Amino acid sequence: MVIEALSYGFMQKALVSGIAVGLICSFMGTFLVLRRYSLFGDGIAHVAFGGVSVGLFLGVFPLWTAFIVSILGGLGLQKLRQSTQISGDSAVAVVLVSGLAIGVILVSSSGGFSVDLFSFLFGSILLISNEDTLMILAISAGIIATLTVMQKQFLHLTFNEEQAKIAGLPVTLLNYAFVILASITVVTSMRLVGILLISALIVIPNIAAMAFGKGFKKTVGISMSISVISVVSGILLSYYYNVAPSGTIVMIAVAILIAVLGARSAGLISKIEIKKQPQTTHNS
Amino acid sequence: MTSVLEVEDLSIGYNSHLAVDKISFDVAEGDLLGIVGPNGAGKTTLFRAILGLQPYSGKIKLFGFEGSKYRSLLPLIGYVPQKVAFEPNFPATVYDIVSMGVISDKKLVKGAKLIQQCGCCWDRIYKKIGNNDDKITEALKTVGLKSLRNRRIGELSGGELQRVFIAKSLVKDPLLLILDEPVTSVDVESQAKFYNVIKKINEENNITIIWSSHDLDAISKYANRVACMNRKLFFHGGKEEFFSDEELLKTYTESSMQMHMHNHDGH
Repeated sequence: MVIEALSYGFMQKALVSGIAVGLICSFMGTFLVLRRYSLFGDGIAHVAFGGVSVGLFLGVFPLWTAFIVSILGGLGLQKLRQSTQISGDSAVAVVLVSGLAIGVILVSSSGGFSVDLFSFLFGSILLISNEDTLMILAISAGIIATLTVMQKQFLHLTFNEEQAKIAGLPVTLLNYAFVILASITVVTSMRLVGILLISALIVIPNIAAMAFGKGFKKTVGISMSISVISVVSGILLSYYYNVAPSGTIVMIAVAILIAVLGARSAGLISKIEIKKQPQTTHNS
Repeated sequence: MTSVLEVEDLSIGYNSHLAVDKISFDVAEGDLLGIVGPNGAGKTTLFRAILGLQPYSGKIKLFGFEGSKYRSLLPLIGYVPQKVAFEPNFPATVYDIVSMGVISDKKLVKGAKLIQQCGCCWDRIYKKIGNNDDKITEALKTVGLKSLRNRRIGELSGGELQRVFIAKSLVKDPLLLILDEPVTSVDVESQAKFYNVIKKINEENNITIIWSSHDLDAISKYANRVACMNRKLFFHGGKEEFFSDEELLKTYTESSMQMHMHNHDGH
């Protein structure tokens, strides 16, 4: 049965692209979750919806406009946090609704929803072309290479921004680089699970991986494994049962998370005992 | 001999309030300077200015350098705050955290060359060039945490955590190590271990240290020089001079008590 499914070109492309997207979402997601940017993916995906609408409205390939608008949205979000003291989740909310509102206006002015728009909203991994597959692979390779090379700097920034600054890291520049990478990750991954479910792939594998209580590299490895297992089994199951792959992938990830948390509660995964540090007053 | 750090007429204000008022002092190589002063005396603010995180008026020189040269030496300063805020479930081991302190060989060479310009020989920075894993192992050994290198940081005690942050500074063999009330949240037994580490790295590694603390006993035991401040600098000199001046000690104790009561009333 599996061999039969793999003999189809569209399944091969779906699996290859899906694995690539699963890897970048989980790797980028580790930093996003730890920086309490869990809903960043959701916010940027909604901005991408505005970007897709701009492309469809102007008759330009929607993915390009989605990339441009999402990166601008991500940078705007970062600026909003830095210069206005607005908290992370509020800044995401502002950017999210702005992107969505632009999309709704453009869609309504161009005569309503189209099949193209639906494929961006809910994902269309089984319909992607050879060119799309190559593009996803190239971008994913770039993101993984960048995150691997910059891992130490991003980890320091994620751990404690002030400590990173004292260590001489260019914190502002790194923050902008981080947001651009995250925006590219979200837009690249939209074809797999769609705008509405993208944050699931960013957040769920990482929450499950962190429950294992390992160090950074092992946590990233576990998160990537959970992500790839969810994507591959999700695509195959959706083929056999003729259901939407995006929803299936996300539900498998959720099932894995529940199983991991259950195993931890049952003592099958060693529980991490967090020693409470006494509260201290801050001097001067 | 060039001082490691020179502070001249340093003032730092928040709105109309002066947190640090025209203070001047210097720190020579190998010094272990204990800074005492009540809560709100401006000690943390002073450290933030030295670390380039706080605007100020006056002069701060590192090996005689100001401006861009000073900033290029900043990564070679080690800093351990009272408490580092991080996610309790942060998936990092002791090794991961200490490795964050490793700085590039390029920065080390640049720093060493700069310091040589002022006539100082800083061979020990050159010794830090090379294998990062060796540097991390050596730093962990110095603070007595080699066996915990793969332990997740969320599982450590307050005292162990502070020693991890010292190790993070030691991997770059800092020109200057700043400790801002590092044992405030640490139990008494761990405090003793921590003080021994401070003494060891000052004496054996010849690392210059500035250390703020409310613990006068520890300062009298480990520091060789003392500065006493409460926005202004009241004293700067040898510890024998400070601890033999009963008037000064009385003033310090009274101002600490007043500040404590003020804070207590304020809450």
